Amino acid sequence: MASEAHAETLALREQFDTAAQQKDASTLGMWIFLITEVMFFGGLFLAYTVYRSLYPESFGLASSTLNEIIGAANTAVLLCSSFTMVLAVRAAQLGQRRTIMLFLVLTIILGLAFLGIKGFEWTEKFHEHHVPGPTFHLEGTAMQGQAQLFFSLYFAMTGLHALHMVVGCGIMFYLLWATYRGRYSAEYYTPVDVGGLYWHFVDIIWIFLFPLLYLIDRHLK
Amino acid sequence: MSEHVDSVKTYALVWIILLILTAGTTAVAHVDLGPFSVVVALAIAVCKMLLVALFFMHVRHSTRLTRLVLVGGLLWFFILLALTMADIVTRGWLGVPGK
Repeated sequence: MASEAHAETLALREQFDTAAQQKDASTLGMWIFLITEVMFFGGLFLAYTVYRSLYPESFGLASSTLNEIIGAANTAVLLCSSFTMVLAVRAAQLGQRRTIMLFLVLTIILGLAFLGIKGFEWTEKFHEHHVPGPTFHLEGTAMQGQAQLFFSLYFAMTGLHALHMVVGCGIMFYLLWATYRGRYSAEYYTPVDVGGLYWHFVDIIWIFLFPLLYLIDRHLK
Repeated sequence: MSEHVDSVKTYALVWIILLILTAGTTAVAHVDLGPFSVVVALAIAVCKMLLVALFFMHVRHSTRLTRLVLVGGLLWFFILLALTMADIVTRGWLGVPGK
């Protein structure tokens, strides 16, 4: 396993004193990137908060047309994928190459399952005319514009989240390939660790999207 | 430093708690708590976020600098929310012509 590629990735870059310091720097860099992502999604969460406070009735009505059971199931799928991801990182800490690959594959499968369920939900919206545009119609309200605003935010937020999932799956495929090539060991597994941080972050975004979009007006129905 | 290797048991426990919280938040959404529906839903979401961050993202083993960046970033997000909402909510309070 100690291939040339492996030896190279183990090398300590000259700006660092120790390997531990080098790894801390990578972790910190990833967290700073994730904070910029918080701001990126933050704009959408803010827009949602503003419009929900302005048009609570329309948002309540539009929100309760979403299927919360599917939403909850998708949340569970994503939480399971975070669990398999953390086990992949743990396997990397212990230098268990095969176990890393097993859990990365499971993470990818769960990630794709999430996207599949999401795609099914979006298709349903097209059939129900709940996609903002000329054919949009929501039963039971005269405020079609306000209801469209909810669905615009719904598609923007879940769409951006799904895009992050696609990128996440891409990262997992890369890690799988690199692990197969024997790049990682108990001494060096920073990419697996940092990739895991990204995956969990995308999970956290969904943890907030789920109650905000599906749940908080459910009792009004 | 994430030299700490947590046990599978710890991760499994966190995972099960997360699933229970998901079921819980879905069930409680059908109960009419008035304005507290939002509070309860967000409180559960924050608990889930903390569990994922502290255990799965190893924040509890991370350096102080990483934690500072994390708290600082969230603080900035709350400034964004708080100042914008302070504007939106209070706009109708004064009868400003041409509003």
